Amino acid sequence: MITLAAGTTNWEVLKPILAESVVQTLQMVLTTLLIGGFLGLVLGVILYGTRPGNLFENAIVYRILDFIINIIRPIPFIIFLAAMQPVTIKVVGTSIGTVAAIFPMCVMCTMATSRLVEQNLVTVDPGIIEAARSMGASKLTIVWTVLIPEALAPLILAYAFLFIGVLDMSAMAGYIGGGGLGNFAIAYGYQKFDQGVTWTAVAIMIVLVQVVQGVANAIAKRLLKR
Amino acid sequence: MAQPIIVFDHVVKEFKDREAGKGGKSTRAVDDVTLTINQGDIFGIIGYSGAGKSTLVRLINALERPTGGTVTVLGTDITKLSEGKLRPIRQKIGMIFQQFNLFSTKTVAQNIAYPLKLDHWRKDYQDRRVAELLDFVGLKEHADKYPSQLSGGQKQRVGIARALATNPQILLADEATSALDPETTSEVLDLLKRVNEQFGITIVLITHQMNVVQQIANRVAVMSAGRVVERGDVYDVFAAPHEPVTKRFIATALRGLPDEERVDHMRRDNAGRIVSVIIRQQDVARDGGVIPASGQNISSTIARHPGVRTSMLYGGIDTVSGQGIGAITYEFSGPDAELTAFLDDLGRESDLVDFGTAANPVPYDRALAEQRTQVVAAAGAAAGAATANASTGNLASTEGAAR
Repeated sequence: MITLAAGTTNWEVLKPILAESVVQTLQMVLTTLLIGGFLGLVLGVILYGTRPGNLFENAIVYRILDFIINIIRPIPFIIFLAAMQPVTIKVVGTSIGTVAAIFPMCVMCTMATSRLVEQNLVTVDPGIIEAARSMGASKLTIVWTVLIPEALAPLILAYAFLFIGVLDMSAMAGYIGGGGLGNFAIAYGYQKFDQGVTWTAVAIMIVLVQVVQGVANAIAKRLLKR
Repeated sequence: MAQPIIVFDHVVKEFKDREAGKGGKSTRAVDDVTLTINQGDIFGIIGYSGAGKSTLVRLINALERPTGGTVTVLGTDITKLSEGKLRPIRQKIGMIFQQFNLFSTKTVAQNIAYPLKLDHWRKDYQDRRVAELLDFVGLKEHADKYPSQLSGGQKQRVGIARALATNPQILLADEATSALDPETTSEVLDLLKRVNEQFGITIVLITHQMNVVQQIANRVAVMSAGRVVERGDVYDVFAAPHEPVTKRFIATALRGLPDEERVDHMRRDNAGRIVSVIIRQQDVARDGGVIPASGQNISSTIARHPGVRTSMLYGGIDTVSGQGIGAITYEFSGPDAELTAFLDDLGRESDLVDFGTAANPVPYDRALAEQRTQVVAAAGAAAGAATANASTGNLASTEGAAR
């Protein structure tokens, strides 16, 4: 029988490690969301725009992007992390550590974001875009002043959804020495049969997700009231 | 006075069928249209859905580019202009839509200010212009509402205000009243009429509702299968339509002419011959000839034929451009010879639509197509021959189309 070892957990030692893990997780998640989220937005706009009948209609560009995204997206992240190693070394200089984890996370996040952005932009009424064109708005102006504002509420919810996905990715970063809460839960909780530690990490992640989702819901609700 | 502002010259617009893929068939949405719209016109373009009218109107502000021919707007050939060069022209052309197409995340005031922002107006000028426009369309107290908080009619008013923001010379209205109820339609049409009269803005009005044309347009073109099949002053087209498609549209606006179902009922419930007499208060100039007034002395004709029994079944007379137009439907019965003589007599001064009897009915479309319209030459025998040719040619074509 394995007994819970909660009483013997040395929080004195674990506390600073936990704090560092939280910082690492936030560092990975926020950096990825910032970079991958922005690149994904751009790629998503291109993906949407080059669709047949849209502003920048271009069948070749659309098909190439669509193909690349479809190839990368289904790869399980832990495999992707390993597969990207040579590229990561080229770009970051090392394949170990937090920064080395951020690079493949950004790539995967860009792909996921672009798809989410595309799907949300598709729901914007084409008539509204036509109206803006009839007023003489340039295509880029339409993207920034009509398309994205019109899809803003669902886009914000999409980014909240993305946050959870990126958090999920960050938990696997421990595999390549990226640290973070995921690594903390596995190394100090699971592998030491210390469920108290595991659940502490889980609880922090739940709180993080709740906060982000709550804020996103509040913003989207305010936008949707219009 | 009549200065052309929009000129279509042999314009063709083809769309490639997407499903067919490469080398697939293409559809001709606009087929060799030559049309001039003059400054100050309220020009109605009417046709069934798929007739190509929405495509035609989008060629005016180059939302669509023609496959062939040229489109000249405000004196500029816009056929091959780049998007950048189109911008100043598009700012002179406002557009309103069936589904209003307002920005849902912008307030009413922000919607109206949008084209001003594009034009880099100073903020205080923007505010003043928006206030002016809100006042003009009667939505002053709704400035800070979002479109979802407005009714359909209010939304279209915002659309109109937005379209007028940069002081355009042309306003394109794409089925602008089709999503509105009849009362709101009238309000919006009145507003459009004010836009035309107060600011001298030329309005191009796309619609499938003939009563919209009747209410505000001064000129009209009828589109069918990508072509303009008939055009002219609204009164003339209403009073003496040539084409079957035009006649069908007019039948929907002028309730004087019974619809097909009602004709069936009338034939079933009455033994006699069902004949509609067209009421046309004014002579109509057409093809160098004149189509005379119709239905002006029905009572005296009836009085001259005491052997014919008459009962009035249905009818309605309306005014178009201030002149009476309509139809009255009778049941006529009596001995064959007398009835024929009577109808010949009546037909001399009036246009008749003969629906036949229950035993010997005339199909609805054919009855309308064969409506007896006599073109009287303006002067001289040569002109007479020419108009005779024109009218027989017309009859043949309408018969062909009726089948």
